[in-house]
Amino acid sequence: MNDSTAIAPMPGSSKLAILAYLGISALVYVLMMVLGLLMRMGQANWLGLPADLFYQIMTAHGAGMVGISGLAGSAVMWYFLRRYVDLTVGILWANLAFFLSGVVLILGGIFLGGYAGGWTFLFPLPSHGMGLWGPVGAACFLGGLLLIGVGFLLLYLDVARAIISKYGSLARGLGWPQLFGNSDETPPPAAVVAATMVLLVNITGIVAGAVVLVLILVNLFMPEFEVDALLTKNLIYFFGHVFINATIYQAVIAVYEILPEYTKRPWKVNKVFLGAWTASTIMVMAVYPHHLLMDFVMPTWALVLGQIMSYTGGFPILVVTAFGALTIVHRSGIQWDMPSGLLFLSMFGWAVGVVPAVIDGTIAVNNVMHNTMWVPGHFHMYLIVGLVAMLFGFKYYITGQDGKPGMFDKLAFWIYSLGGVGLSVTFLISGYFSVPRRWAQHMPEWVGLSQPAALMGAAVALGAAIFAIRFLTSLKHARAV
Amino acid sequence: MIQDTVLVVTLVLMGAIVAAFLFVAINAKNDGGEYAPIQGRAYAIRSKLFWVLVVAGVLITTVTTLDLPYAATRGEMAGVDKQIDINGKQWYWEIADTSAKVGETVVFNVSAGDVTHGLGVYDQDMRIIGQTQAMPGYANSLKLTFDKPGNYKLMCMEYCGVAHHAMVSDFTVTE
Repeated sequence: MNDSTAIAPMPGSSKLAILAYLGISALVYVLMMVLGLLMRMGQANWLGLPADLFYQIMTAHGAGMVGISGLAGSAVMWYFLRRYVDLTVGILWANLAFFLSGVVLILGGIFLGGYAGGWTFLFPLPSHGMGLWGPVGAACFLGGLLLIGVGFLLLYLDVARAIISKYGSLARGLGWPQLFGNSDETPPPAAVVAATMVLLVNITGIVAGAVVLVLILVNLFMPEFEVDALLTKNLIYFFGHVFINATIYQAVIAVYEILPEYTKRPWKVNKVFLGAWTASTIMVMAVYPHHLLMDFVMPTWALVLGQIMSYTGGFPILVVTAFGALTIVHRSGIQWDMPSGLLFLSMFGWAVGVVPAVIDGTIAVNNVMHNTMWVPGHFHMYLIVGLVAMLFGFKYYITGQDGKPGMFDKLAFWIYSLGGVGLSVTFLISGYFSVPRRWAQHMPEWVGLSQPAALMGAAVALGAAIFAIRFLTSLKHARAV
Repeated sequence: MIQDTVLVVTLVLMGAIVAAFLFVAINAKNDGGEYAPIQGRAYAIRSKLFWVLVVAGVLITTVTTLDLPYAATRGEMAGVDKQIDINGKQWYWEIADTSAKVGETVVFNVSAGDVTHGLGVYDQDMRIIGQTQAMPGYANSLKLTFDKPGNYKLMCMEYCGVAHHAMVSDFTVTE
């Protein structure tokens, strides 16, 4: 547990940058949720959405959600990490500038250039727009992603520099002397351990993403430069899996730091904790073949490894972090308010969302569930009810909105959480009925499944809009420590 | 169908997590006093949970990897009655043969002529019975045995552009 009175306040520029990250993310989350709602309304036959517009919205929704989750997660990590190491505020601003420049390019590529190749830009689809988009639209989208990646790369390099400066090495940042040796030194705080893991996986992932983006960009304008579709798929899913998972690993630092303040109990950094984070470092990078289980030409060992890593990858989450949250809260006399309630909800969302994800990592299951609605079912659970709840919990915390919640806050909490669970469950049920994902128009027998999903989606967007308004109107109360 | 098993297992495990979180949330406001005894009990439960998950994971992995769907792609064609070449293109399937007989074991050799697609085979109840990716430069072989007659559908499972959802063909299984 941290004694916040002993922590130096953030300089004004740092505080402003963190609030800019969080404010932008609050607005973008609501906007992206509205885009998601439009898609579900289209599938429910409640909205006449042309297929080209549906797929453009789908591309914007995916890229927007992943990107903004990265931005918001990095803000949480930076806010807490600065308590222990000396980070560079100029890099924080530079990342935001790269991010916003990338967003302009991406939006231009989609809504002016017509690009609708999905946020996963599966090669060679970017160069096969079939009249819907051309190489310029695709290049804007891919170039935008590349710019965003450059910004994040700078940020994580700065985090690495700061941790090495303070602790001597990244191995020490992960607490290896305490984990593998006989060191009597106090291990690094949870925030440092988590940040070290995140920078290791994200630098690797972003570099892989940059390589594949450049390969595809060159191919767009020089088709004679041939690129292997399976190689690009491996690189894309490695990058994509690592990046989206790292968003949660950054945001969970808020749970490690804030729940102990509420419960007056320490979040103990012991060997189990350190072992879990070291294991996660390896498993988050090794698990990506579970996205390729239906690529039968992949080596069998890699696909079986994907299944095994899917199983073991759930361990650190369920057995250490979620269980740790339950332990620290149980009979603690905690005061339930918006930060503590949302953070506790987020641990539930993460843990419960892991279940259908792990099950889908079984090859025999993936054979009938891959690319059905089951897949967005599990990740909407741990992103809406897990990650985004975590982030809004932090936003309530940083703006000092603790204590007895108001009526609107309580209402928003229940609308959001029940809507989020309901939306995810409707996705899962659709997957059970084999409804494919990413279809602009659903067959008549599937429409009935999309209608309750649209209602749940509206609830989520409404709840998030209230959270966002409460955050944006409370910025003047934001804390500097 | 395997989907039924998947749903039941998912609901049971998710239900257990819901119960654990509800139990803690309901008891959270009570002050349990010293943290150390609570932590000690929790660590003991966690240790047991860890080993239960390890044993379950090893058993499930062993059982579920005994019969993988990759054999035909590695050239093992024993017991196969018919091979059918399928090529995915934006936005249609080129299918060498659109029919089979009940009881036949068919291998679909699946590739793509432009972008990546995904071949999903749906039965007459519109439930998926198997799938594989269709990728330029590669051929994935999907082996299926058709136990029931009827009109099956071949649908695209990988987003491939603006008419992705219209990439549906028929496949007939007769007595």
